[in-house]
Amino acid sequence: MSKIYETVIGLEVHVELATKTKIFCGCSTEFGGAPNTHTCPVCTGMPGSLPVLNKGVVEKAVAVGLATNCTITKNCKFDRKNYFYPDNPQNYQISQLYYPICRNGSVEIEVDGNKKNIRIHEIHMEEDAGKLVHDSLPDSSLIDYNRSGVPLIEIVSEPDMRSAEEVIAYLEKLRLIIQYLGASDCKLNEGSMRADVNLSVREIGAEEFGTRTEMKNLNSFKAIARAIENEKQRQIALIEAGEEVVQETRRWDDTKEYSYAMRSKEDAQDYRYFPDPDLVPIIISDEWMTEIRNRQPELRDEKRLRYKEEYDIPEYDIDIITNSKRMADIFEETISLGAAPKKVSNWLMVETMRLMKEHDMDPDDLKFSASNLAKLIDLVESKSINGTVAKEVFEKIFTDDIEPEKYVEENGLKTVNDEGTLRKTIEEIVAANPKSVQDFKSGKEKAMGFLVGQTMKAMKGKADPGEVNRILREELSKQ
Amino acid sequence: MDIMKLTAIELGKKIKSGEITCVEATKAYLERIEVLDKEINSFITVDSDGAIKQAEEVQAKIDSGELTGPLAGVPVAIKDNMCVSGMCTTCSSNILNNFVPTYTATAVEKLKDAGAVIIGKTNMDEFAMGSTTETSFYGVTKNPWNLEKVPGGSSGGSAAAVAAEEIPYALGSDTGGSIRQPAAFCGVTGIKPTYGRVSRYGLVAYGSSLDQIGPIAKDVADCAAVLDIICKYDDKDSTSYKDASEDFSSALIDDVKGMKIGIPRDYFAEGIDEEVKSSVLAAAEVLREKGAIVEEFDLGMVEYAIPAYYIIASAEASSNLERFDGVKYGYRTKEYRDLHNMYKKSRSEGFGAEVKRRIMLGSFVLSSGYYDAYYVKALKTKALIKKAFDDAFEKYDVILGPCAPTTAPKLGQSLTDPIKMYLGDIYTVSVNLAGIPGISLPCGYDKDGMPIGLQLLGQAFDEKTIIRAAYSYECTRNYVRPAYLEERGL
Repeated sequence: MSKIYETVIGLEVHVELATKTKIFCGCSTEFGGAPNTHTCPVCTGMPGSLPVLNKGVVEKAVAVGLATNCTITKNCKFDRKNYFYPDNPQNYQISQLYYPICRNGSVEIEVDGNKKNIRIHEIHMEEDAGKLVHDSLPDSSLIDYNRSGVPLIEIVSEPDMRSAEEVIAYLEKLRLIIQYLGASDCKLNEGSMRADVNLSVREIGAEEFGTRTEMKNLNSFKAIARAIENEKQRQIALIEAGEEVVQETRRWDDTKEYSYAMRSKEDAQDYRYFPDPDLVPIIISDEWMTEIRNRQPELRDEKRLRYKEEYDIPEYDIDIITNSKRMADIFEETISLGAAPKKVSNWLMVETMRLMKEHDMDPDDLKFSASNLAKLIDLVESKSINGTVAKEVFEKIFTDDIEPEKYVEENGLKTVNDEGTLRKTIEEIVAANPKSVQDFKSGKEKAMGFLVGQTMKAMKGKADPGEVNRILREELSKQ
Repeated sequence: MDIMKLTAIELGKKIKSGEITCVEATKAYLERIEVLDKEINSFITVDSDGAIKQAEEVQAKIDSGELTGPLAGVPVAIKDNMCVSGMCTTCSSNILNNFVPTYTATAVEKLKDAGAVIIGKTNMDEFAMGSTTETSFYGVTKNPWNLEKVPGGSSGGSAAAVAAEEIPYALGSDTGGSIRQPAAFCGVTGIKPTYGRVSRYGLVAYGSSLDQIGPIAKDVADCAAVLDIICKYDDKDSTSYKDASEDFSSALIDDVKGMKIGIPRDYFAEGIDEEVKSSVLAAAEVLREKGAIVEEFDLGMVEYAIPAYYIIASAEASSNLERFDGVKYGYRTKEYRDLHNMYKKSRSEGFGAEVKRRIMLGSFVLSSGYYDAYYVKALKTKALIKKAFDDAFEKYDVILGPCAPTTAPKLGQSLTDPIKMYLGDIYTVSVNLAGIPGISLPCGYDKDGMPIGLQLLGQAFDEKTIIRAAYSYECTRNYVRPAYLEERGL
């Protein structure tokens, strides 16, 4: 009889912090500048240059630590991690080993209605490396140091997860917390959130952990789920075949759905960590911590409660809307511009969700502005446009964030509220469709729908359906 | 009038009064370098054209009243481990033989703002690792007091240049005695300020927690005037001290009445030359006669200073010097197979033996399994050494002792026995470990006529007391030029 295994997973999550400047110099952190334009002597490792800590990085790291129930290390330090690689201009990375800024935290996740705590071992601050460009020259590589010195936090969990679902739930949770804090946009595909998966398997009931591997290069939640399943099966197959799992770092190739070993534990480098003498210890006073805590924005759980009290919309809607900081921001901003919460929620829940699915988009990528949605809702409320037109206009807002009034004007989509024109059209429709009029008279309510449709068609969709109905009934009663 | 015999302040006064122009002074020093430096080899880079251009600009600013400071228009030389924009900065190493920085060290910038004319960059031990300036890739510097002897190190070029009157004053850096010991060996005066007094931005790091920039000049007043300029808080250096600025020159007072001076008995126990010992004790006697209260005491921890220093400095150096890899700037080997081969060959060919020795020592003490036994223990020792000084300063205003156990050794004697060379740093390294200020000034000569240095140590951020003590002592003596200059008819 085959044995039953469980998967034991711990994560190392790197998050790029959304500070305007780098962690140890004044260079911009902006993504995508021309190579080596966001650089200076400090972030290119020039002789004699010295790092000076950006306090904003500490504040964001502390904010994440507080939101994940960590203990903040009030007297923390930076250490140097020494290794030679050209993307690292000093050949050491400034990181934290001995006194990380946050320790012993936890977040609660929910999978299939079951709640579970995932413990966080530590969160530490460090600098990102530059980028090697390999393919533009035949015999050599180029280096772009724009990313060198961009601030990162690494969130190290305890091995508390047992399935891909739990891993995804944990990552989603972290992402939401960090996005709500404004500490990072957490985009896996752009690398502002990166997760390395430490995974081992063991027989259910076993007390000892199995030998773990570390999986790198996971660029989406889907890739993470696939890699976990694949690695779990690979390890089980090895054990079942009587072979041993080797402790090693592996790289996931998501297109081939396959991983390969990068380096084994035997090749592990000695990083010769020691406290960086160029940086002074960071003292996080109670006052500073209180300040950071007070500045902390409303997090998701608080938002949910408030929406329920203030807006009276269904809990399901609240869940969907608050599941993305971007969506919640659009929701609140649109309301603040005077739109009714229920109307806003409807636009987000129905049309926005539909279009997102159609465009295979993430809520974080929503481009449209709250003001244009508010204007659209206003146009509908004032009956300047009807529902069908509104949907058409919203598609334009969704894709190009167009200004709805202008668009309606330019495309002649405004509802015709001139009763004379409408009545004249209806008279013509009634005259042209004696059969349907007859059917209606004989009690076939269906015929009414047909006549409304014909009228709308003749009006090129620009009539208010309520008005059409009213006038049509009047005209029919005259027959 | 002989410009070269003037102190920096005296020269500054004459420039301000219009007796000499800044360009004349600059040209005079350039000429002196031209005449002597083939023999002394104090300089790695001399920027004649640049210096004259700077001198013209500075003169215009002096004339317009924009520059009024005591050192405005006075030429200066910079140790070659401080970056000066557009000027080759080699650290006396092959690995940086072509490195021209695009930025200027803060301390140098402050001097430029005060009207200093930068004439060039001085020779040193490679990456400041050495006590003789013999580890330089660009040849040894000779001691102007005896060309067969070393000038000390690592700021040997700066000290020799001042002694040979190739420059009125220079900047040096001191990680374990590199300003004070060459000043002592060359018969001039040097100050290592308190750690944090002078910004390290632009100083190519050796031991980051110990490195400090300071002046080397003919006398205490010149050194104080330089400190007045370079001691400034700098937000580009995290270890810079917020209240770094002070009026150091105000401490130039010839009065030590009631000043408590302690002499560590442990500094005179063994390994010290009799002549050095008697000169230093005679200097103490002079201060006693002037009203100071002088007593002997046991400092303690002295024997642990050298091992703790070499562990900490080498550990930091092993990491600080990783950036020199042939990838971004500096020397790259001609032929290589792959990245790691390029690293290996560039660094093997680029670094000299002493630097490699310290990189290996430093890498070893930081490696896993040895870190606690060596590095952490050395840090604890450092804390105990600092405490020993703190305790001493409870009782004394100044600690007086020798700067080095001997006078300058002969060229070629030291590198064959590195342990012996390291032991020569016994009186200076603990000062860096404790982070306190120290001054070295001439107090006598041995039977061969080589200068002996007196070292005065003060509490952290109390440079003024040692400046006062040193100045009071100096007032009892005359400045002595190396006989070599007379022999050369200079």
